[in-house]
Amino acid sequence: MSDLLKMTATEARNSLLKKEISSVELLNAYQNAMEKTEALNNYVTPTLDAAKQMAVNADKAYAQGNAGPLAGLPIGVKDLFCTKDIETTACSAILKGFLPSYESTVTSNIWHSGGVMLGKLNCDEFAMGSSNETSIFGPAVNPWSKIDGIDLSSGGSSGGSASSVAAGSALMSLGTDTGGSIRQPAAFCGVVGLKPTYGRCSRWGIVAFASSLDQAGPFTRTVEDSALIFSVMAGHDPKDSTSASLGYTNFSEAVKSNIEGLRIGIPAEYNVDGMDIEISDLWKKGRAWLEQAGAKIVDINLPHTKYALPCYYIIAPAEASSNLARYDGIRYGKRIEAETLDAMYEATRADGFGEEVQRRILIGTYALSAGYYDAYYLKAQQVRRLIKEDFEKAFNDVDVILTPTTPTPAFPLGAEVSDPITMYLNDVFTVPANLAGLPGISVPAGLSNQGLPLGLQLLAPPFEEGRLFSVANAIEKQAEFLLAPARAAGDLQ
Amino acid sequence: MSILVSGRTGDWEIVIGMEVHAQVVSNSKLFSGSSAVFGASPNNHVSLVDAAMPGMLPVINGQCVKQAVLTGLGLNAKINKFSVFDRKNYFYADLPQGYQISQFKHPIVGEGEVQIELSDGNIHKVGIERLHLEQDAGKSLHDQHPSKSYIDLNRSGVALMEIVSKPEMHSAEQAAAYIKKLRSILRYLGTCDGNMEEGSLRADVNVSVRKPGEALGTRTETKNLNSVRFIMQAIEFEVHRQIELIEDGGEVIQETRLFDTATGMTRTMRGKEDAHDYRYFPDPDLLPLTFDDAFIEELKDGMPELPDEIKNRMVNEYGLSSYDANVLIEERETALFYELASDGRDRKITANWMSVELFGALNKAGIELAQSPVKPKQLGGLVDLISDGSISGKIAKEVFSAMFETGKDAKVIVEERGLKQVSDESAIISMIDEVLAANLDKVDEYRGGKEKLFGFFVGQVMKASKGQANPGMVNQLLKQKLDI
Amino acid sequence: MSVDKNVVKKISRLARIHVSEERSEMLSSDLGNILNWIEQLEEVNTDGVEPLSGVNEHPLAWRDDTVTDGDITDKVLKNAPEKAGEFFVVPKVIE
Repeated sequence: MSDLLKMTATEARNSLLKKEISSVELLNAYQNAMEKTEALNNYVTPTLDAAKQMAVNADKAYAQGNAGPLAGLPIGVKDLFCTKDIETTACSAILKGFLPSYESTVTSNIWHSGGVMLGKLNCDEFAMGSSNETSIFGPAVNPWSKIDGIDLSSGGSSGGSASSVAAGSALMSLGTDTGGSIRQPAAFCGVVGLKPTYGRCSRWGIVAFASSLDQAGPFTRTVEDSALIFSVMAGHDPKDSTSASLGYTNFSEAVKSNIEGLRIGIPAEYNVDGMDIEISDLWKKGRAWLEQAGAKIVDINLPHTKYALPCYYIIAPAEASSNLARYDGIRYGKRIEAETLDAMYEATRADGFGEEVQRRILIGTYALSAGYYDAYYLKAQQVRRLIKEDFEKAFNDVDVILTPTTPTPAFPLGAEVSDPITMYLNDVFTVPANLAGLPGISVPAGLSNQGLPLGLQLLAPPFEEGRLFSVANAIEKQAEFLLAPARAAGDLQ
Repeated sequence: MSILVSGRTGDWEIVIGMEVHAQVVSNSKLFSGSSAVFGASPNNHVSLVDAAMPGMLPVINGQCVKQAVLTGLGLNAKINKFSVFDRKNYFYADLPQGYQISQFKHPIVGEGEVQIELSDGNIHKVGIERLHLEQDAGKSLHDQHPSKSYIDLNRSGVALMEIVSKPEMHSAEQAAAYIKKLRSILRYLGTCDGNMEEGSLRADVNVSVRKPGEALGTRTETKNLNSVRFIMQAIEFEVHRQIELIEDGGEVIQETRLFDTATGMTRTMRGKEDAHDYRYFPDPDLLPLTFDDAFIEELKDGMPELPDEIKNRMVNEYGLSSYDANVLIEERETALFYELASDGRDRKITANWMSVELFGALNKAGIELAQSPVKPKQLGGLVDLISDGSISGKIAKEVFSAMFETGKDAKVIVEERGLKQVSDESAIISMIDEVLAANLDKVDEYRGGKEKLFGFFVGQVMKASKGQANPGMVNQLLKQKLDI
Repeated sequence: MSVDKNVVKKISRLARIHVSEERSEMLSSDLGNILNWIEQLEEVNTDGVEPLSGVNEHPLAWRDDTVTDGDITDKVLKNAPEKAGEFFVVPKVIE
């Protein structure tokens, strides 16, 4: 059984094609793994009945020779994607019991390619958080060892998506990334996390947090797997006006391409105060690996990096304050009854939204309100342009940028919840890519002194995900990272 | 030119501006594919986008963009090739997203101008400040339950154009002329059906008063007026309320007011002590709306003629009076009917027959021009028979009635009923001879100087011809006979 | 720094989130700290910089004007906490 869990998606796909294994067998292994790892609190709504039917269908498709590229591969979905007739809550009390009558474009693409849906995965409430602790279901737990007997955070917001792939209870999973919500938990859990270019994957049917920043992306155990599932997720969707009209690309080819001669930028400004020494050591290692692989290292500057976080913490809450206005207790979700309409709104939203979500709605409301708009929102938009221009300039000289994914490894649960700003600082390296709309990938590249995974981040110009895969693959090869969390369902490598 | 109202303390000048909401004529909604048609069962013309389900996104309807640009062209306005959709944030039960997608800083249409004609024939220009596209809200029903309101989202997301005038009207009459003219332009363009009763066209009216030459006074905004009469009533009420208030030592408060259609009065909107703060910001689900000059040119080329142009032609080329032209251009259908009916024949006679006989008959029958049993070409056919002397004006009225009843062509009726005018000289002379022979005494009296009798002879000849004799010829020939 | 409690009251009212007296205290310092931290943006010279609201560079695509949606009343109403017939229901609104 555990041999099945060891397979990467690409390997499982090949074995399925050769009929060495069946989709149903693979699903059974994962179902077993889901049970074993229940304590990690990754799945908020398992969908095993649906999964069984999908696995049976996949096996039929293999028998008939018309299996899609993901046929039979067990995949978990962040509970931010609307899934038809399956409870979708964004891990918020306000959406408890919500049954969409529609399926998000990205998940539709996955199921049409034969993917098998294991269930909905835990995340921070409305994707607002960096530790998965704002989830109404409680935090998803990092499968790597505890520190001082305390569970570690999986990171967030897509904590369940990262943790399940690391723990072997999902072969691959879907997440979303607004300020680092894929790359940070991927780094914390030791898996590959890709945030595509803004506009690459449709946002239709994904519960919105900050519309100009949100992007869906995959969690996988290898770069090759990332390219496999990303090729299916990506694509133009006429239902999303911000989706780019680009045709289908198979990114699996890009993984193998040589990186010799590629110019890798090292931004000086990412040497931030408070960065763990082991993180900066890893960054140096990454630089050396790429040099060995024939790439050229170039020192670059991204002068406005420092301002990306405060800029983000205006723009994202501002958009969120408006995006979350629809949760008003009238058409779906929770309602707290009251005498008047306004009292009903106020009670419903005070009760239905958690503390961090309320905090961000209020910050966003403030930033947009009369008298503050210019000083906060408009200013942040101007700084956003400067950040984007920093990257544009840098990409005149380099092909890919290499940075650490996070300033620290995973922290214990409860460590940072009390101070919002400390929590926000987790996103310091990931937020700029969202503001500039760039693709970014986090690759597990080493372990901290305490044996926790650390990730390196690669950034590329818009729609150059292929380049990310090539370089990420080079890092993966040299890092020889061993995915061996203490609390995995079985041996994963 | 300013119109003054006198109060106890002297004269007052009225300043009026209007924000008109016009529903765009389109099949589907501004940002979703559900039907924009009025009158479905509750929540039926509603998509998941209109109901603001989580994760739903807006996609713009190109037709609504065209309609807005077309309207801008019709208002002689600046068309903005770059415009931006913003979110206007507020909570209301029939606003599912918690925001209305509208245009704030960068509207699709900028400054323009509308010409209005006042009852004294004077032309007055009213500036247009801007026109922008936005979503309509749903509908709250408050009378279905004692403690509940019911929500129907069928209107939610229907495309509206908000047309904002400059504060350049100075009387209720001007305001009425403005809304009528605007409605007429929209209907000519086919961009809004102008149906005020159904709410396709409704106005918010800003009114203030000031002493001539002084700075603008504080204005009030009276919302949602859906008839020309209500607009005039609301303005008149507000003007007198404000003047009295100020003259009594009070102050006008800038506020939103509601119009009570039963009493003709306006009143303060209750509650709402917290000022609105709409927190406009660019909708991140949409990109800026852009198009090129070629797009505008194409719309310009396909633009129908507007009432001002048509009137110009009617007065200057066809020789119609301004009054007649106004009657004919009020509705596009009427103008088109007239153009067709009068094409290639006497324009004035046709205008006359259309506005007197045809409109009279339609009115009496209670039907619209579109349902007229007499079609444009048929009316033209009747005018032809009058012009070439085939029938007299009097007979023509009889023919017209028959046409209206039967839908037959004038020629057919004339033939069937033998109504053709007699213009045969010898036939008329023989009729005249008979009449004179039968009234020799009167002939003597006439010749003896009693010239008034001429009319009697004409009448007798016409009677003998059953009205069909050409009256001009009868006159002429009779004179020749009698004046020997 | 803390945000004036009246401001907290105003924005929580705008956002339609009930905030109790004691939470208002906490929020005013929370929000104050965050805004204080955000104010480092003031250091950036943004004179003449055009605000950026989104990164897309393609033009806005237009839909054809055809009716492709709607007529799904059951789906629209399915999740409603309260409904009557084909209507959503809310506490009475007085204008």
